[in-house]
Amino acid sequence: MRHLLSAGDLDLDEACLILDTAAQLASVSDRSVKKLPTLRGRTVVNLFFEDSTRTRISFEIAAKRLSADVINFAARGSSVSKGESLKDTALTLEAMGADAVVIRHGSSGAPHRLATAGWIQGSVVNAGDGTHEHPTQALLDAFTLRHHLRDGTGDLAGLQVAIVGDILHSRVARSNVLLLRTLGAEVTVVAPPTLLPFGVADWPCVVSYNLDEVLPNVDAVMMLRVQTERMQAAYFPSENEYSRRYGLDVRRMGLLPPHAIVLHPGPMIRGMEISADVADSPRAVMAEQVANGVSIRMAVLYLLLGGMTDDDRKEL
Amino acid sequence: MDSGMTVPAERSVVLDAGDMGRAIRRIAHEIVERNKGAADLILLGIPTRGVFLAQRIASAITPIDGEAVEVGALDITLYRDDLRLRPARALEPTAIPAGGIDNKVVVLIDDVLFSGRTVRSALDALNDIGRPRAVQLAALVDRGHRELPIRADFVGKNLPTALAEQVRVRLVEFDEIDEVTIEGGAR
Amino acid sequence: MTLSTVIRGVRPYNEEPVDVVVKGGVIAEVVKAGSGAGRVVDASGLIALPGFVDLHTHLREPGREDAETIETGSQAAALGGFTAVFAMANTSPVADTAGVVEQVWHLGQQTGLVDVFPVGAVTVGLEGAHLAELGAMATSVAQVRMFSDDGKCVHDAAIMRRALEYVKAFDGVIAQHAQEPRLTVDAQMNEGLLSGQLGLAGWPSVAEESIVARDVLLAEHVDSRLHVCHVSTAGSVDIIRWAKSKGIKVTAEVTPHHLLLTEDLVASYDPVYKVNPPLRTGADIAALRAALADGTIDALATDHAPHPHEDKDCEWAAAAFGMLGLQTAFSIAVLTMIESGLLDWRALADRMSVRPARIGHAIGHGQGLVVGAPANICLVDPDAFWVAEPSSFASKSRNSPYAGMTLPGRVVHVYKAGKATVVDGGLAC
Repeated sequence: MRHLLSAGDLDLDEACLILDTAAQLASVSDRSVKKLPTLRGRTVVNLFFEDSTRTRISFEIAAKRLSADVINFAARGSSVSKGESLKDTALTLEAMGADAVVIRHGSSGAPHRLATAGWIQGSVVNAGDGTHEHPTQALLDAFTLRHHLRDGTGDLAGLQVAIVGDILHSRVARSNVLLLRTLGAEVTVVAPPTLLPFGVADWPCVVSYNLDEVLPNVDAVMMLRVQTERMQAAYFPSENEYSRRYGLDVRRMGLLPPHAIVLHPGPMIRGMEISADVADSPRAVMAEQVANGVSIRMAVLYLLLGGMTDDDRKEL
Repeated sequence: MDSGMTVPAERSVVLDAGDMGRAIRRIAHEIVERNKGAADLILLGIPTRGVFLAQRIASAITPIDGEAVEVGALDITLYRDDLRLRPARALEPTAIPAGGIDNKVVVLIDDVLFSGRTVRSALDALNDIGRPRAVQLAALVDRGHRELPIRADFVGKNLPTALAEQVRVRLVEFDEIDEVTIEGGAR
Repeated sequence: MTLSTVIRGVRPYNEEPVDVVVKGGVIAEVVKAGSGAGRVVDASGLIALPGFVDLHTHLREPGREDAETIETGSQAAALGGFTAVFAMANTSPVADTAGVVEQVWHLGQQTGLVDVFPVGAVTVGLEGAHLAELGAMATSVAQVRMFSDDGKCVHDAAIMRRALEYVKAFDGVIAQHAQEPRLTVDAQMNEGLLSGQLGLAGWPSVAEESIVARDVLLAEHVDSRLHVCHVSTAGSVDIIRWAKSKGIKVTAEVTPHHLLLTEDLVASYDPVYKVNPPLRTGADIAALRAALADGTIDALATDHAPHPHEDKDCEWAAAAFGMLGLQTAFSIAVLTMIESGLLDWRALADRMSVRPARIGHAIGHGQGLVVGAPANICLVDPDAFWVAEPSSFASKSRNSPYAGMTLPGRVVHVYKAGKATVVDGGLAC
């Protein structure tokens, strides 16, 4: 593995390797010394063009637990202007000797560009790009599903997962559809037709407009945030109507099979896509998702930087 | 010779299944003798084959001491000093007994003691997990060529080797046969 | 007494070899090969075509001389086999007054490599609100006949109707950049399965087709001339074909890149493939090629859109729309239309010279290789191959999607009004 740009780049073996590695690394969080010497001397840059304190901190903890040096680089305002700043920033990081760049960017494909434009040599990890992908989120979701609904090992063959909400603008949904499919799960995306991407019928998933029909048949339901600003562009008429038709409330949670769990990538908008009592119920595993995020990001950083990198090869 | 075939490497069996069983039982006896019983003992095998050896040694201790001894696994991959020489390696399981290792006597168990670097890594790993009262080392085979000031407390067989030779430990649990062989190198 | 030049042994439209004798800037005679008298240019093995006319070029001057100038754009055009180009109005200042179009006209004449026909803006500042002084531009020395807000769509139906009506007074034509703005907010690429996967906002076909449909109906209603810029979808082709069958005065152009490149290239997120309208699908390409072949689409036009390196060496969303086209247009035409057998050389000349000249009133161009016509001649080697290397292009910019590709067909010599502008594939002076 050289970069992690898209969940779709992972085959079954690679995806399982990341999950298995994360499973081993998870125990570090339970130790008194929560640190491993593995990435001593490696430098990881968190390059965040969008605010996302949660994701940034998760990557930061992961890198630090592996003893990497971490530099947080918050860049702003590039999306409006010429975008020269992504290249210039990349060249700066390259001059500083970054071994890996964890990038969050508002523009779809920015991590891909960073990895392929020849600006930098190091590994690139996509920490969320525009409305494209968020592969580590999908990995941590798969890890959580595997822990709860399988025995914590292997793939997710046969698992039924519903992803509900603003699929159109969701990088979490894209990465999850791709990864869950690779792991053998069957995905149903549920949303009003306006919030589904054009061409979704050809995606490797089932499409539904009716949440009530889907819920009784799933092992897990993943609720996505729906930004109220979408209302301005006529994606849906009102918050109330959205919530009535697609929000997960207690009545709807009752439609789920007893073993089914509720996920949300956060941040949640309580009362919109998920009601407060559902968010606080024992079926909701959001806190675990956050904890698992650190293990997954440790695993990704270890697999990218824990062995021989291109830089090491050059020195040989 | 233009057949493209490689010359078969020389291969000799230095321990067969019977030898191996005797070596394991002797190690078990020595561990109990040295520690005056099996109380507070934890056997931590270094994956892959060290874990199976630890289990076998533990089974051999039980009839001697009458008590079951705790067994675990300690993966040292993340502590290796040669990580950058190869692509990232898959991790092996680490399983520390629930009570932890603080104030216990930890016996590290590996199949082959060679440069000592694996043991060095294991000592570092232990340091991050807790503070044992003492750490001891058992190896089925000691083939020499130490690169660090490390020695084993319990050795199944001392095996003088040339650097170019490969010592292979095979265990039924993993390799479908119990044997130790020396392969390759000029004898 | 001017000297005659004999283009010896050349094959007009790949037909029988002849000598074309050029004298006083016009084609003086076309005679049996070997029999012409004058200074001889050996053109055996070469095909003679009328100098190409590009209805759609962005020369960037005034305002963005870092991307292109009228001089460098003229050089690129000449090297591409063109003898006339239409320079789009989206400069800074916008070519929406007689002053700006005359400046562009004069700069073109000064450079002298191709005739630069300025396109006038339809609305003041391309803002779609108030008609620019179309009449003043038409009666200026530049004699503007084609008007376009290209880069932006004249989306207000009432403004579009008035523009179509107004230009009838001087037989003008409105060249529409058909893009419904509300359907293409922040649009980045063709809307389809791939845009959904790549997370790039879609530019749906219907945003083009709805405007094309509206505009042909408006053109019919007011009986005026409409030209559709850079047609990119199969649906637009259907509408234009229908409109022509009804006798509506509509013409259309297609770009070389829309005849060859598909949206799949966008998966690289390399902004060199970012263009407006976006690269579409294989089915669209097939329809566009067929339409250019049967004449539904009248002209090949480059939409040559130079951009400085920094506007492309960035993330996709931040990058500018557009591709270079002038120096590769002929080869892409050979690749897509000649090699496929869809067009013969005479028809290719029709789509690259005759019809575009007629649509834009390019005086002195597009008259073909007939005795008495101005000697605007392009000699090409149909059998040559060359590797597109943008760093060697005359354009100031490098944003060619064909970099590294081996392309068929090479422009060898070009004459504009009898004067050599390109010799052996290089500029004459």
